[in-house]
Amino acid sequence: MPVLKDATAIVGIGQTPFAKQLPETERALACRAILSALDDAGIEPTEVDALASYTMEETDEVELAKALGLGGLTFFSKVGYGGGGSCATVSHLAAAIATGQATVGVAWRSRKRGSGPRPWKNTTVQLPTPAQWTRPFGLLRPADEIAMLARRHMHEYGTTRDHLFNVALACRNRANQNPAAIMYDRPLTREMYMNSRWISEPLCLFDNCLETDGALACVLVSAERARDCRRPPVYVHSAAQGLPAQHHGMVNYWNDDPLTGPAWTAARHLWKHADFAPEDVDVAQIYDAFTALIPLSLEGYGFCDRGEGGAFTEGGALEIGGRLPLNTSGGGLSEAYVHGFNLITEGVRQLRGTSTAQVPGASTCLVTAGEGVPTSALLLRS
Amino acid sequence: MLTPIVDEDGAPFWSYARRGELRIQACADCDELRFPPRPCCPHCRSFETEWRHLTGQGRIWSYVLPHPPLLPDYAEQSPYNVVLVELTDAPHIRLVGNLVSEPGARLNSVPVERIRIGARVQVVFTDTGLPQWVLERP
Repeated sequence: MPVLKDATAIVGIGQTPFAKQLPETERALACRAILSALDDAGIEPTEVDALASYTMEETDEVELAKALGLGGLTFFSKVGYGGGGSCATVSHLAAAIATGQATVGVAWRSRKRGSGPRPWKNTTVQLPTPAQWTRPFGLLRPADEIAMLARRHMHEYGTTRDHLFNVALACRNRANQNPAAIMYDRPLTREMYMNSRWISEPLCLFDNCLETDGALACVLVSAERARDCRRPPVYVHSAAQGLPAQHHGMVNYWNDDPLTGPAWTAARHLWKHADFAPEDVDVAQIYDAFTALIPLSLEGYGFCDRGEGGAFTEGGALEIGGRLPLNTSGGGLSEAYVHGFNLITEGVRQLRGTSTAQVPGASTCLVTAGEGVPTSALLLRS
Repeated sequence: MLTPIVDEDGAPFWSYARRGELRIQACADCDELRFPPRPCCPHCRSFETEWRHLTGQGRIWSYVLPHPPLLPDYAEQSPYNVVLVELTDAPHIRLVGNLVSEPGARLNSVPVERIRIGARVQVVFTDTGLPQWVLERP
């Protein structure tokens, strides 16, 4: 019997407003999100003894513990690879709590990507040496790197721009129901999508996530403690990270099979330790920095066979009432792009029954981190 | 334009490229080719390496056409192509590059409609030793 299964639960979530530009610093935003999550859980800051975040986070444990008056920390962890680490923050805390290393854990993300610099805009100083094989040729941005896989997927399996539009539309429709979403009042049409400017062909403007300022946090405790908290517990049922053999980061081109990314590795472990299967998932929050990541992830996490990720999106499958309602807060494409942490908090809201686009009776949720980089994923259940 | 930030493992690749040679790292013990270069063979864990000369023939595995916002030098040539080439004599070794009309030509020198997945290409080199690709049947 795996130690982790349902041993811990998320009992608090919190967030700041999302916007293209917020006046406060990332540190202040992080503090606000964490305090809001602790208040949601009904737990005092002094009780927090574990923190987890992921890399490319500018605020660290020392400054937050100091600013928030947290208790003495006995566990802290940083997970690598930017957006690939989102779900692993929760699983690291779950492991720490399940094994007695800590009792109250907080994970967070604070970013000013909307008003701050994009990492790939600075040139040589920031170029890591693995980029010697890609960047000089003008493969400069994450969109370019993923577009290469998208084009191949289209060529090999007949995936179309309409399939990618289905993804963008599902996220936008959910954002239109969510007052906290940046795209709350901005409906998307097929015409807008098809006529929008290219970013990296075959990916257009609407295939790309937002650039957002904002912060979020969640609070984790043992299942036993969770029963006494203010909110219904959302259990961490299964968790995994994924770094496939011969992986090279965003450019998975030197993997034997570049179209099987980190999702495939994470999925094997995730399902092996779960009491349910993909067809039992009521709602999914799948990392959507780009629409093209969704077909790849649907295949990787076993919702359909290899090559069928595009076709899976047809017939309203990703909408409420469809086969697999997707990114029900609007996701990175239309709610906020905060390296996927909003997917975790939305997963929690769905299982509490408090989403603005509630899937009736949802009791199981898959949440994933950035596909295309060493990744992580969670199965949550109510 | 960005130039490669070379590490110790990659240095031989770029030094051969400056001489107009496409050489790929191989294990001197088990013979397996590997790319990108690294200190140890992932098949047999040997640290003995050699640099194998390849014909430089390949096929386009995929390609993208970046549009702005881009770094200024690249924006000026956009939309340009970036191709991923699978080497004919070393399947599963794929090189990112640009399809050009002739060595040293601009990144947008081949009309977009001439680019297709599966097209046969041949490696060429710029004066500064950057590998590029030309269509075998232009």
